[in-house]
Amino acid sequence: MPGPDLIVRNVRWQDELVSLWISQGVVQRLASPDEPSADGEQLHGEGMLLLPGLIDAHVHLREPGFEYKEDIASGLEAAARGGFSTVLAMANTKPVNDTAAVTALMRDRATRAHPYGPRLHPVGALTKGLAGQELAPLVELAEAGCVAFSNDGMPVANPDLFRRAMEYASDMGLVVIDHCEDPFLAEGTSMNEGRVSGLLGLKGQPVVAESMQVARDILLAEYLGLPIHLAHISCRQSVELIRWAKDRGVQVTAETCPHYLLWTEELLRGYNTLAKVNPPLRTNEDVLALRQAVREGVIDMLATDHAPHAAHEKEVPMDEAPNGISGLDTALSLSWSLVREGVLSLQDLITRWTVGPATRFSLPVNRFLPGDPADFILFNPDLEWTVTPESLHSKGKNTPCLGQTLPGRVVTHGIAGKVLFHNASAA
Amino acid sequence: MLWPHKDLLCISQLKTAEILHVFEMARRFAEINTRPVKKVPILKGKSVILFFVEPSTRTKTSFDIAGKRLSADTYSLAASSSSLRKGENLKDSALTLQAMHPDALVLRHQQSGASEFLAQRLSCSVINAGDGWHAHPTQALLDGFSLSEAWGDDMSGKTVLIVGDIAHSRVARSDVLLFTALGAQVRLCAPRTLLPAGVRQWPVEIFSNLAEACRGVDAVICLRLQLERQKAGLLPDLREYARTYGLGAGHLNRANPGVLVMHPGPMNRGVEIDAALADAENSLILDQVSAGVATRMALLFLFLTRKDASDSGDGPSGRSESHQPHPPLLQED
Ligand SMILES: [Zn+2]
Repeated sequence: MPGPDLIVRNVRWQDELVSLWISQGVVQRLASPDEPSADGEQLHGEGMLLLPGLIDAHVHLREPGFEYKEDIASGLEAAARGGFSTVLAMANTKPVNDTAAVTALMRDRATRAHPYGPRLHPVGALTKGLAGQELAPLVELAEAGCVAFSNDGMPVANPDLFRRAMEYASDMGLVVIDHCEDPFLAEGTSMNEGRVSGLLGLKGQPVVAESMQVARDILLAEYLGLPIHLAHISCRQSVELIRWAKDRGVQVTAETCPHYLLWTEELLRGYNTLAKVNPPLRTNEDVLALRQAVREGVIDMLATDHAPHAAHEKEVPMDEAPNGISGLDTALSLSWSLVREGVLSLQDLITRWTVGPATRFSLPVNRFLPGDPADFILFNPDLEWTVTPESLHSKGKNTPCLGQTLPGRVVTHGIAGKVLFHNASAA
Repeated sequence: MLWPHKDLLCISQLKTAEILHVFEMARRFAEINTRPVKKVPILKGKSVILFFVEPSTRTKTSFDIAGKRLSADTYSLAASSSSLRKGENLKDSALTLQAMHPDALVLRHQQSGASEFLAQRLSCSVINAGDGWHAHPTQALLDGFSLSEAWGDDMSGKTVLIVGDIAHSRVARSDVLLFTALGAQVRLCAPRTLLPAGVRQWPVEIFSNLAEACRGVDAVICLRLQLERQKAGLLPDLREYARTYGLGAGHLNRANPGVLVMHPGPMNRGVEIDAALADAENSLILDQVSAGVATRMALLFLFLTRKDASDSGDGPSGRSESHQPHPPLLQED
C-alpha cells in the first residue's frame, strides 16, 4: 500500500480527534492523530471540525449571459469559501442551457477557472428556452454532462408536457427537478400572501401556488412510477404532501434552503427587497414545519438556491426587485446556527448537505471511508464573522444577512486531496 | 408641539396626539381659505416638489394650492414629461431630486413602498401622497378632519363603515389606522375578492352584506372601484357590483340618524354610490375637498418648519424616526 500524499492532522470527527490520510485523491483512512508516517505532506488541523465537502444541488451562476451578477469563476470561488465541493447549476442563463454547447461552455469555464474544483454539474433545461412549450434535447444535454433537468424559475404549467418530460428523462436515469409554482396563482406577486402583504399593500403569493404543484408532481410521479425532485420547498402544506407521498412509496425527494428555515415574511416589512425570494419567505408556522421535516428526513437535502443579483437591481421598489438571495457564502454558517440552537443535529446537517443530494443525483460523496473522494472542509464553529459586501466572495451581495454576525467559518477546503485554501490564521 | 417627524409615510407613525395636532392646525388654516386674500407668507422661500409618477390631478392640485396659500414655491414634475418617468430607476430619480435641494417632496407613486424608498435617500421631508395599495396618509387625515369637524375629536362611540375595494385601497388602509387611533369602531364591507390577506387580524368588523353592515353606523366611506378589477376576475360585472355594494338610500335607513357619507373621489356615480346620495345634505364629499386643502396646509407647515430638521443629524440615510410599521394592526395569532 502506498503511503499517504497528505495527512490532515488533529481534526475532530464524530467527537474524536483523528488524522485524515489521503492518497491519490481519495480517503486512505482515518487514523489516530499522532500515528507517525514517513510520507505525505502534513497539514495541522488545530482541532477544527472535519466535515465532508458539501454538495449544493441548486445554484444560479449566471454565466453565460449575466456575468455582471455572477460568473462561474466568482460563483465557484464563493462555493469553495462556503464549503461546497460540488454545485449543480441551473439552466436559466442567456442563452438558456438547452444545448450541448452551453453545457460544454459551463463545464469548460469551471475547469479553467478552478481546475481543482469545486466541481460544477450543469442542470439542463427541461424545455427549449425554458418556455414550457417543447421538450429540450435531453439526451444531448445528458451526453454533454447535465446531471438533471429543470425549468427552474419558469415552472411548466402544462401537466401533460411535464409528464412527458419526466418520462423522457427517465430513459437516461436522470431526475426532473421541479420549481413548484402555479403560474396563475403566482402571477405578479412579490411576497407571501398573508398578514404582512395585506398591511404593506403588496400582491401576495398564496402557499397553494406551491403546494398545488407539489400535489400535481407527486400524483404524476406515483402514476408514472418515476422519481421527482422538488426544489426549494417553503411551506407546511407542501411538507405534509411530501410526507404523505413518501409514506405511500412515491419516489419523491425534496430540498429546502437555509432562508426558509430561519426567516419569515416579517423580514419584508419596510420593503426589504433583499428578503425577496421565490418562493417567498412564509410564516413562522411554515418555518417550524420545515425544520421538523429536515430533522425527520422528509426534506432530503438542503440547497442554497444561490441567486446573486447586482446591487442596483435590488435597490428599487419591491414590485420591481428580482427574486433571490446570494447564498453560497453564508449557507453553512446559517445552517450551523440551527445546529447551535439545537434545531438540527450535526449529523442532520452533514447528511442534508452531502448524502441527500449525492444519493438523489448519483454523485460521489465522502463518508470518510477508504476510497471515498477526499473532499473535505475544516470548519471552525467558534469563529464569528460579520457579513459585509467585502466578506462575500460571490459578486452577489444581496442577502438579508448583511450586517449580521454569523457563527462558524470554513478554514480549509480540500477537493480530491488538493488543498484549495488553508486559512491557518482563522483556525 | 415640536413636530418630530422628517417624513409622512404612513398613519401608523403618528401618535393620536399628533393626529389631533394636525386637525388643530388645519382648523386654523381653514380660516385662511375663506379670506378675500387667501395667502399668508409663513412658508415664503420654501420649495416643495410635487412628484406625481402616478397621475392624480385632484391630490396634486390640493397640495399645490395648499403650498401656494402659505407662499411656498411649488414645482410640479409630471412623470411623463421628464426623464423622471415610470421605468427610470427610482434611486436615480431620488438623486436627481436631491440635487434640486427641495425642502419637501410630495410623492405619488404606483408602487407600494415607493415613498419609504425615497425617504431613506432624501434629506428633505417626503410626504406620501399615495403609494400603490399601501398608504395615503394625507387622505386619511383629511377624512378624519372632516369627521372631527362634525363630531369633535373624540370618536369613541362612533362607527365608521368603509365599503368597496379594500384590498387595493391605500385609502382604506390609512383610514382604518386613523379612525382606530381616534377611538372609532371601523367596519369593512366588500366581496371576499376585494378584501386584503390577513384582514381578519385587523381591528375591524367585516361584512359581506351591505345592508347589515350599515346598521347603526355613523359614517359611510365609499371607495372608488377601479374598473379593471372586473377584468382581473375579481368581480363579474359592474352592474352586479353596483347592485350588491353600491350605496343607496335604502341602506342609510338602517344607519344612525345624521349618518354622514364620504367618498375620496373621483366618484363613479351609480357604481359605488347612488348619484343622488353624493349630493344629499348629509354628504361630506365636497367638505372633504376643502378639508384636503386645509389639512395639507397644516402638514406642509408642520414638516417645513420643524426646527430640528437640519441640526438633528437626520441625514438622507436616517430612516423616518419612530416609523413603526402598522403597530395598531399588529396582533399576535
Ligand atoms: Zn427556483
